[in-house]
Amino acid sequence: MDLFEYQARDLFAKHGVPVLAGEVIDTPEAAREATERLGGKSVVKAQVKVGGRGKAGGVKLAATPDEAVARATDILGMDIKGHTVHKVMIAETAPEIVEEYYVSYLLDRTNRTFLAMASVAGGMDIEEVAATTPEKLAKVPVDSNKGVDIEKAREIVAQAKFPAEVAEKVAEVLVTLWDTFVAEDALLVEVNPLAKVASGEVIALDGKVSLDANADFRQPEHEALEDKAAANPLEAAAKAKGLNYVKLDGQVGIIGNGAGLVMSTLDVVAYAGENHGGVKPANFLDIGGGASAEVMANGLEIILGDPDVKSVFVNVFGGITACDEVANGIVQALELLASKGEEVTKPLVVRLDGNNAELGRKILSDANHPLVQRVDTMDGAADKAAELAAAK
Amino acid sequence: MAIFLNKDSKVIVQGMTGATGMKHTKLMLGDGTNIVGGVNPRKAGTKVDFDGTEIPVFGTVAEAMKETGANVSVLFVPPAFAKAAVVEAIDAEIPLAVVITEGIAVHDSAAFYAYAVEKGNKTRLIGPNCPGLITPGQSNAGIIPGDITKPGRIGLVSKSGTLTYQMMYELRDLGFSSAVGIGGDPVIGTTHIDALAAFEADPDTDLIVMIGEIGGDAEERAADFIKANVTKPVVGYVAGFTAPEGKTMGHAGAIVSGSSGTAQAKKEALEAAGVKVGKTPTETAKLARAILAG
Repeated sequence: MDLFEYQARDLFAKHGVPVLAGEVIDTPEAAREATERLGGKSVVKAQVKVGGRGKAGGVKLAATPDEAVARATDILGMDIKGHTVHKVMIAETAPEIVEEYYVSYLLDRTNRTFLAMASVAGGMDIEEVAATTPEKLAKVPVDSNKGVDIEKAREIVAQAKFPAEVAEKVAEVLVTLWDTFVAEDALLVEVNPLAKVASGEVIALDGKVSLDANADFRQPEHEALEDKAAANPLEAAAKAKGLNYVKLDGQVGIIGNGAGLVMSTLDVVAYAGENHGGVKPANFLDIGGGASAEVMANGLEIILGDPDVKSVFVNVFGGITACDEVANGIVQALELLASKGEEVTKPLVVRLDGNNAELGRKILSDANHPLVQRVDTMDGAADKAAELAAAK
Repeated sequence: MAIFLNKDSKVIVQGMTGATGMKHTKLMLGDGTNIVGGVNPRKAGTKVDFDGTEIPVFGTVAEAMKETGANVSVLFVPPAFAKAAVVEAIDAEIPLAVVITEGIAVHDSAAFYAYAVEKGNKTRLIGPNCPGLITPGQSNAGIIPGDITKPGRIGLVSKSGTLTYQMMYELRDLGFSSAVGIGGDPVIGTTHIDALAAFEADPDTDLIVMIGEIGGDAEERAADFIKANVTKPVVGYVAGFTAPEGKTMGHAGAIVSGSSGTAQAKKEALEAAGVKVGKTPTETAKLARAILAG
């Protein structure tokens, strides 16, 4: 989960990373009081999870509380690269900035370790720094069992060639930033820019944090950081039912078991769609290993509730789960939906293979549901589902 | 022969006495796996009956190894306790630890992977978030269904569980030497490259099927490895061509960020290394058949 800047700022502050004062608001009028609390002037910063907001006009100085209201009025509701601004942060104005640096920790998947990255060329897109002047970006592996103490932090600072007068201050920031990274179970913590101001202090002026959802069991406070307003309503409904669902922009609803098989199903449907008017998969939905009638019903309910869906492809490979159980699940799911008064009008193509496939197929044939068609190969079923979606 | 696992493997199960552990221990026994013990400190000294086969429960991995000569551990320990269980297996220096558990925090998996390296890589880790591995007709360490296929001469390595099953099913008449599910998490122990190297060295494997998916650059690095080191034919499949940027597709590691981790880039890298890449699992199976038929 990627956080907003204000949420990153709060986590940084909690773990001792130096930041400026700031608070988040969602109405222009609230900008006045917030600015008054900061002594009468502020920076109004759009809160969107996308880079380049400064260039897009999403960051403005306000010299008075009235001006803050005016700037907040301009920025709230603004569209930045497809992201609507619903919140702004009213931040303390930065003292005079002398230099801008970059520091981060992230997972290095290739080397299966954590990585510290640091550069004296901060303030701009770090991917550009890495591409054009790689010598200006130090990359230092961090052993997750040893972490970053002040000695390790000094090593990172030395490799990045920070000027002597700020070296120790940056090293201290690196230690607190590591504390943030570990304590919050983050996948990424990034400060850009880390500014040296006229007084000689270094301050985190902007930052990015991405959190690991697998750690939610020991991070009870993270749930509150979720941006529920921005979630797609179908995704939110699926999540509430514990389903692993991602909304896409096509017309063929997909249900399958196992992440890899479902990903593969999306591809196979997209290929089949090339022969049927360009129809595409409408979603990713992995119902997992069990695939009980209830889970199947929940999944079908979400998919059939998507107005974009014209046909549904249920693609199940019976591994440990037997296909007869899955077939019963589909039949019961349709009954369950009917008993809830939900009219099912979209055609379903079902492919069952693997453990007890014959029995499963027989159950579907015997049930003889008018909307359910059986196709026994994955490629063939994808073609049929695409054809049905295109015909609607 | 086969890789990593054979009829002589002595297997213990960490988390055997939980519901998932019980279910799969029974299935593994049914597939002929030589299971010699379970580990649960609270139930040490007891025995668990699996349809007439009594499996003793030990307090620690080290004790189980000392008493039984176990050389493989399969872990069904819940995510919150998985790190401690893997560290225990590493401390006991068990040669192979298969971590089935799904949903382990990255800070935990990074920590136990680093610990395994620090301890001199005496323990090969497979997973986490994987279906384990099977050597049909000999032994099954994990949750791959044992009845899909039979012994044969195809080696399979895959990030995904269900795609492993699908591919084994497509080629079930030909059979497999070993099939290894390495898992879909951002940090995993055994990689495609490790499995490719083992299959290349295995005299019982004639052809290797490699299944990848979006995220990371493991497939690209595997392609470089194949080009330089693999003489046996390799057939590939990559899932996730239609996955949009920034959305996690089920597996924690399956995410396209910017231009990195796309299925297209992986396919191109594999093809440049001489790997025949199928558009669908079925087409991939056909490519494998054609090569084996000469």
